[in-house]
Amino acid sequence: MDTLVRKQKELRNFYLLVVFGLMVAMTGMGAAHYMEEHGHIVTGMNNQVVWGMPHVFAIFMIVAASGVLNIASIGSVFGKKPYKARGPLSGLLSIALLAGGLTVLMLDLGRPERVIVAATHINTTSVFGWNVFLYSGLFSLVAVYLWTMLEARMNPWTKPVGLLVFAWRITLTTGTGLIFAFLVARQAYGTAMLPPMFIVMSFSWGLAVLYIVQAAMYGWNRMSLNPHVLRRFRNLLGLFILSVAYLVAVYHMTNLYFARNSAFEHFILIEGGIYPLLFWGGYFFLGTLIPLVLIYSPNLGKHCHVLLASLLVVVGSFCFLYVFIIGGQAFPLSIFPGYEVSSTFGDGQIAYYSPSLPEILLGCGGLGVAFLITTVGVRIFEMLPHDEAAAE
Amino acid sequence: MSDMDSDRRQFIGRSSALVAGLTLAPGMMLYDLAHGRPVGEPASSKVRWGMLIDTTKCESGCDECVKACNKENGLPGGTGPTDEQWIRKVQLTDLKTGKKTSLPMMCQHCAEPPCVDVCPTGASFKRVDGIVLVDRHLCIGCRYCMMACPYKARSFVHEPLHDQKPDVPRGKGTVESCTLCVQRVDRGETTACAEACEKAGHKAILFGDLNDPDSEISKRIRQVASIRLRDDLGLDTGLHYEGL
Ligand code: SF4
Repeated sequence: MDTLVRKQKELRNFYLLVVFGLMVAMTGMGAAHYMEEHGHIVTGMNNQVVWGMPHVFAIFMIVAASGVLNIASIGSVFGKKPYKARGPLSGLLSIALLAGGLTVLMLDLGRPERVIVAATHINTTSVFGWNVFLYSGLFSLVAVYLWTMLEARMNPWTKPVGLLVFAWRITLTTGTGLIFAFLVARQAYGTAMLPPMFIVMSFSWGLAVLYIVQAAMYGWNRMSLNPHVLRRFRNLLGLFILSVAYLVAVYHMTNLYFARNSAFEHFILIEGGIYPLLFWGGYFFLGTLIPLVLIYSPNLGKHCHVLLASLLVVVGSFCFLYVFIIGGQAFPLSIFPGYEVSSTFGDGQIAYYSPSLPEILLGCGGLGVAFLITTVGVRIFEMLPHDEAAAE
Repeated sequence: MSDMDSDRRQFIGRSSALVAGLTLAPGMMLYDLAHGRPVGEPASSKVRWGMLIDTTKCESGCDECVKACNKENGLPGGTGPTDEQWIRKVQLTDLKTGKKTSLPMMCQHCAEPPCVDVCPTGASFKRVDGIVLVDRHLCIGCRYCMMACPYKARSFVHEPLHDQKPDVPRGKGTVESCTLCVQRVDRGETTACAEACEKAGHKAILFGDLNDPDSEISKRIRQVASIRLRDDLGLDTGLHYEGL
């Protein structure tokens, strides 16, 4: 009887979560519709800052979608049991995040109704074009991957498919980094540092998302995480956070070294108002330093600390992307080196950008889509990682 | 300005341009007129349209080229951060010498245009005669080309459009930029900005065929020192600047 009542309560809570996810997603769609009706004039974006808040959300989700698969890869390619137990969850999260990210990217287009044009007219020299192919490929591959993991008779295929997924997603994140790396004329981008930086970021952000979702699932089922598994995850997250910090430092150091980019670095790191604030306060302090303390302090490092560290990594990643994407555009292009420049089109001036509500809602809508897919997926498939036998 | 007034100005403009063309720069104008091509005939790869801008002749307070561009292409002419500006006036002060320069800035019509490379759908394209354009039916409005352009030459249409000019179709949610007045060039005319600059008596903009060694522009490029903006990027732009 007791279990029946509990089951009913659980079902009710599940529906509440679904309704919540639906509402967030629908609000995002509504915002997108509003943007389409009125044009991008209702966003904070303009002719100098052409990519704004939607891109911060979308790129976070797309990068994390690739990184979250790390867990499945370690499990199926290297055969580590605690990771194997989380393979299906990691695959599901990847699909969910990718769907969320692409939804935002697509709905932010000036002509979202022409998305079919993007799929049928691919310019082979465009990284964006390649990405259309890479993203849709990842969707199908991960779906097959999930199938090999969830269906017993398909299990032997997990390893080869896992290897393929691994290669694919590294290419995909490289592609995402290249979107910026190919922008040679902009001081913030146009460096070969970006693809590796994005790959390592994907590991860190993906793991943080997986840890958060896993914590929610364990909480829901009143289970606690196996200490052995906790230790592994904690160490892995710490390592990833440190690696990201290292690459971010190298990225800024090399920029500082090039005289032509030092003014840009000065802007982003010291003088640029909101951007240095978000970089040091958001990315560095909240998203890197505090999580490292939570992970490595001798008295900390418990489940709740690692969970908090994961949440902070996500907060830090948004701050980082805001600085990277928007700060990178706010700084003026150097077209006339050696001159002081002014014009009616913002030449030589720091561009102004302030995100508007519709674009933030659109971004949240993407998170809503990811949340919805995860919630429903977890309910339909057996996704809860069991560690009893897998711990060692 | 009344309609009468603008009609009259236009008439004077056209006739004076014709007279000026026949008398002052015969090489350039006659050549261009001879190149007006019939409807349906494709652009020729034998030509490469370009411009030479003489910054020493460009006056800092003058924006006749900007006004002419807006009029020719049906742009509202606002200068807010979300307004379309196909051509803009840039004021420069040399940081060392304090020398001031003024120049018009627009799409540089690169031979290797980054906007064309990055465009996912192929909406950004280069015509065989060197003019870089956006096919507004293919453009999905992703703005990647705006990110890639080293000259910030492109604008995004942020609002619904009204009163479009029939020969310059535009579209909300798509990206656009200087078309080198392709509709005029195809009729064998020069660009609106070059015409207006000449009419204002500055003659800072010289438009013509870079591939023809006998064109006015080619001759002048051989004679004077000119540079191309961000030449380090190796984009082989169609626009040259003199006096920088
Ligand atoms: S905005 Fe249009 S023209 Fe520019 S890259 Fe995107 S699809 Fe191509």
